[in-house]
Amino acid sequence: MSAKPQSQYCRDAQKGMGSPRLQASLHSLQNRFGKGAMTLWAEMDDQDMRRRVKQSRMKNLDHLDILLAELAKKVRARGGHVHFAENAQDAIDYTLEVARKNEVKRVVKGKSMLSMEIAIDSALQEAGMEVVETDLGEYIIQLADDKPSHIIAPCIHMDRSRIGELFTEKLGINYTDDPPSLTAAARKALREKLLSADMGLTGCNLACAATGHISLVSNEGNIRMATTMPPVHVALMGMERIVATLDEHRETVQLLTRGAALQKLSTYVSFVGGPSTSDDPDGPKEFHLVIIDNGRSKILADPEFREVLACIRCGACLNICPVYGRIGGHAYNSPYCGPIGAVITPLLDGINKHADLCKGETLCGACKDICPVQIDLPRMLAGLRQKLAYGSDRWNTKQHNPLEAYAFTLWRQVVSWSPLYRTGLKIARLCQRPFVGKNSMIKRMAGLASGWTDGRDLPPIAKKTFTEIWQKKHATAEVKLPMATKEDNNA
Amino acid sequence: MSEKTVSLFIQCLVDTMFPETGEAMITVFDRLGVAYDYPPGQTCCGQPAFNSGYSRDAAAAAKHFIDIFEDTEIIVCPSGSCVRMVRHHYPELFADDQAMHSRALAIGAKTFEFTQYLVDELGINDVGAHFPDTVTYHDSCHLSRSLGIADQPRTLLNNVRGLELIEMRDSDTCCGFGGTFSVNYPEISVAMVDEKIDNILATKASTVTGCDISCLMNILGRIKRRGEDVQVLHIAQILAADKGEKR
Ligand code: SF4
Repeated sequence: MSAKPQSQYCRDAQKGMGSPRLQASLHSLQNRFGKGAMTLWAEMDDQDMRRRVKQSRMKNLDHLDILLAELAKKVRARGGHVHFAENAQDAIDYTLEVARKNEVKRVVKGKSMLSMEIAIDSALQEAGMEVVETDLGEYIIQLADDKPSHIIAPCIHMDRSRIGELFTEKLGINYTDDPPSLTAAARKALREKLLSADMGLTGCNLACAATGHISLVSNEGNIRMATTMPPVHVALMGMERIVATLDEHRETVQLLTRGAALQKLSTYVSFVGGPSTSDDPDGPKEFHLVIIDNGRSKILADPEFREVLACIRCGACLNICPVYGRIGGHAYNSPYCGPIGAVITPLLDGINKHADLCKGETLCGACKDICPVQIDLPRMLAGLRQKLAYGSDRWNTKQHNPLEAYAFTLWRQVVSWSPLYRTGLKIARLCQRPFVGKNSMIKRMAGLASGWTDGRDLPPIAKKTFTEIWQKKHATAEVKLPMATKEDNNA
Repeated sequence: MSEKTVSLFIQCLVDTMFPETGEAMITVFDRLGVAYDYPPGQTCCGQPAFNSGYSRDAAAAAKHFIDIFEDTEIIVCPSGSCVRMVRHHYPELFADDQAMHSRALAIGAKTFEFTQYLVDELGINDVGAHFPDTVTYHDSCHLSRSLGIADQPRTLLNNVRGLELIEMRDSDTCCGFGGTFSVNYPEISVAMVDEKIDNILATKASTVTGCDISCLMNILGRIKRRGEDVQVLHIAQILAADKGEKR
């Protein structure tokens, strides 16, 4: 199509759109889970629950310092360790130190996007450890040396024949594409890893300040094993993932599992609050909770974007977004893809760096409608574009496209003064003449506008604009009384 | 019938590229006996700038709009997204300017989308139109998701004599327009509108309609390029038809 130089985002988007396998998966994903969630919200008995949970999420963000201190106090009182990590490196260093002290050779992981955000796997591997994902989807991604393309269903871009080939190659089984057989093969391989691991490394879906626990949801049981079998458990927690009370916890988890997988509750919800004790012998000898900032307090401090920290990472917005539904997750080039990724990635990792994520949506609003906690992602996307439009010291962002900014300055003059606007239209109408084709449409335009005409026709400016028609017909009367104009307008 | 005079807020795209939509609105108002005027000097509501992040430039357009429309009784527009801009975003643009903020709120409170005004404000479900054709309806995002307008146009269409409304699959999924998005990310935009068009074709309806000319322009542009045989009409044009003519 167009010969313009393309960004990585556009290239990856096209790759996604060109893959029939991915298109089929995305289609069935959105059909099932996107539509399913919308139906679920519409039919839920408690129609106030989403608003209530959102309100509690926002309230808890206001009191984050107090809640986190409470959580830490309770975990420590049970003999657990709590470390507040300001950034990725700090979290990695702490975890490495724990691993070194415990002579860890094998780490089993529970699914954690935060672990990807801070890129801890490669740090552990470089320190000589084996790192094994135990969530089936993440395990497949790891075996394939690939990247996740959905925050809940990481290998949505792979079909079972591809997974069959992968297992044949990596696990040495006879080729099959039968899902139960593939699951059984993974299970067997993972059991061995889980039984012999020295450290479990997980994320944290939610933490509860009142009880001093973190909780993890899963459907495969891998989390329970990874958090109880190895002698050491390190949990990585984004500092915003906290609720005040168990009541809030119950409702928030219910929205999380509904949004993520249309489940009233996931198969497993694991609560972890410290190491094993003599009267509660199941669990690790050591428990470490690493509470990670890594750019979150900066978001917290900006009222315009604070709301994004209310996200519970259910992934529902991916399941409805028409852009994600075409391009898939890889184009976002981030652990967080889809609409939530388009907002959180630039905020965490640089607005200029991820300008395409800020601009690459239609602001249709479907993500806001489906979000269990009604996060206004389109509002924040527009906010991010504002930083790109004018630059922002606070966000260390420079003006993204000075030419575009200049164009809008001109536009502003034109739309603020109608004689200029009208003259401009007349000139444009003259200029367009050579471009109007046989079907009375414009087929080809140059420069930026070719973005439209590469794939679409454009109606030309009308021979008479509405304003001109009006002026001709109604110039005499200020207000048109009905009927007086009827025959004029049946033309 | 309302005694109020409707001030026509003719979206820039309607004014410049689809004036027949504005004329059709007038035809409908005439038939219903609604008085109207067309405040001179109107340009663009500022949405293109706002959606691209140029909020200060959008605020200049908003100021111009408010100056022009301030003294009107009721403002009616054939575009959901422009109404949303005025109603929801104008007040945001002047969050730091108390006087302008109040003016924006006042303007927003009297600005209505065409079908919403007919059904909700005037209580009209049947505009006396006659359009013997199969029609499918596209729910524009800002219209349906943000303004909650989905039943009103369907009510009006269902009362058009001769018209058979055939719902398309995923009628409320975005057509891929998105303002400058359509030009900046044409491949994604076209992939989205292609899916929309496939859903339109699957209904076998001979006309697709909607309440937002921007989406319809996107759909029309791609339909023409693909060479499909489906007519694209703004809902006002269908509601204006009264002689059973297929436009
Ligand atoms: S933004 Fe909302 S829908 Fe998207 S992942 Fe977060 S909570 Fe879920």
